[in-house]
Amino acid sequence: MAGGFWHRLDQTARNLLPFGSIVVAMLLAMVPLPLPGYSVVTPPLVLICLFYWVIHRPDLLRPLVVFALGVLHDLISGSPLGVTSLYLILTYWLLITQRRFFLGRSFGMLWLGFALVAFGASAVQWLVFALMSAHLLDARPVLVHAALGVAIFPLPTYLLQRLHRAYLS
Amino acid sequence: MKTRNNGSVVRIAAPFWGLMQRFYFPLLVLAAVALMMIGHVNVGAVDQARARVTDAFTPILNVMSRPAASVADALEYGRQLVDLHEENARLREENTRLRQWEQVALRLEAENGSLRSLLAFKADPPARFITARVVGDPGGAFVRTVVITAGARDGVERGQAAMSGQGLVGRVVQVGEWSSRVLLITDLNARIPVVLETSRQRAMLAGDNSDHPTLLYVPGNTAVSPGERVFTSGHGGLFPPGLPVGVMEIGQDGQPHVVPMADLSRLEHLQIVRFGGTGGLAAEAAQPGAMQ
Repeated sequence: MAGGFWHRLDQTARNLLPFGSIVVAMLLAMVPLPLPGYSVVTPPLVLICLFYWVIHRPDLLRPLVVFALGVLHDLISGSPLGVTSLYLILTYWLLITQRRFFLGRSFGMLWLGFALVAFGASAVQWLVFALMSAHLLDARPVLVHAALGVAIFPLPTYLLQRLHRAYLS
Repeated sequence: MKTRNNGSVVRIAAPFWGLMQRFYFPLLVLAAVALMMIGHVNVGAVDQARARVTDAFTPILNVMSRPAASVADALEYGRQLVDLHEENARLREENTRLRQWEQVALRLEAENGSLRSLLAFKADPPARFITARVVGDPGGAFVRTVVITAGARDGVERGQAAMSGQGLVGRVVQVGEWSSRVLLITDLNARIPVVLETSRQRAMLAGDNSDHPTLLYVPGNTAVSPGERVFTSGHGGLFPPGLPVGVMEIGQDGQPHVVPMADLSRLEHLQIVRFGGTGGLAAEAAQPGAMQ
């Protein structure tokens, strides 16, 4: 009996891995690093995690949870409420419909797919902020943001893969 | 019996769930848009929520930011060791220069004091400082704020000015119990009333998401010159006048910009200025957007 309880607890903890990894990624991205210009171009770690988990284990990361994570991010980061939720949900939507395409493809295709997603998410952010401030903003920060995410994509993905294999296979 | 019951439930529920599945994502997208509207309409409640959540996460961010700060300190230490000799020579030279300035300043202070006593001038109340560590730099592409480890408990209030060692950094926009958020002067929503040093021209410093915020409302015919220093003007009541902000320059677009004195990309500690002013809310220029 006790074994069953511990087993279930263990399983629940393992199933929380996608959620937990996104929360950690979110907080990591907020740690101030004293590098010139870093705060403007912090890599979109949350987006990389979301990309990985939606393609590999969407059953452990419900859209509603992603929505809530977006709200949490907006509350902590001070960005307008709903912006992060919006682009995370749009990303989720796109990925879940194209999931079959990405599964079992080479890493290069995944990388290319992430590049499209990253630039798409940047475009959504830019559009929302431009509408809010009611004039055309300089799009360079978001472009750099996305490009940096694409550049470091293999590293977080490798770590997530290790975590995935260690705890969820 | 039981299976038939279940069956009928499924028969009713299946189309409903099908509909839900089909409209699940559009509904969530709509919910996100609705949240944005709520954020605009009900600013007070959203600010409350922000303050609570930031309070809850500040201890975690505080712990997480320590290793990064240590690594940065170590790197800085190594870098300083390399040019220790040159640095020393430069500081000696600067020190002799500053000693001369000290004499001038002391003489001027005495003169100023005696002149003020002749005029019965009512001096501004002295400002006090609260020092806090920067633990969070959310780093969005369009949002420039930092989270610091001082809140209402330490006497921080909305609208107070935040300084780093050299100059003005931003304004407190949200205060929790033991954390608060500072809107940097480079953020899109930042508006600070300033005055130019020699021409005494008033202007509004407006963040435009670049590293060098713009000066608004400078009349075209006034004689402002690049290289002039920019200070807070104190208009609006919450900021003490005379806090150094930066140096004016003419940008590539032909508009006057301000190069901030503080290095906004490496903020480690901030000083919040407690100014015993009247506390008028006029200092907070209203802007549509998230943080006001």
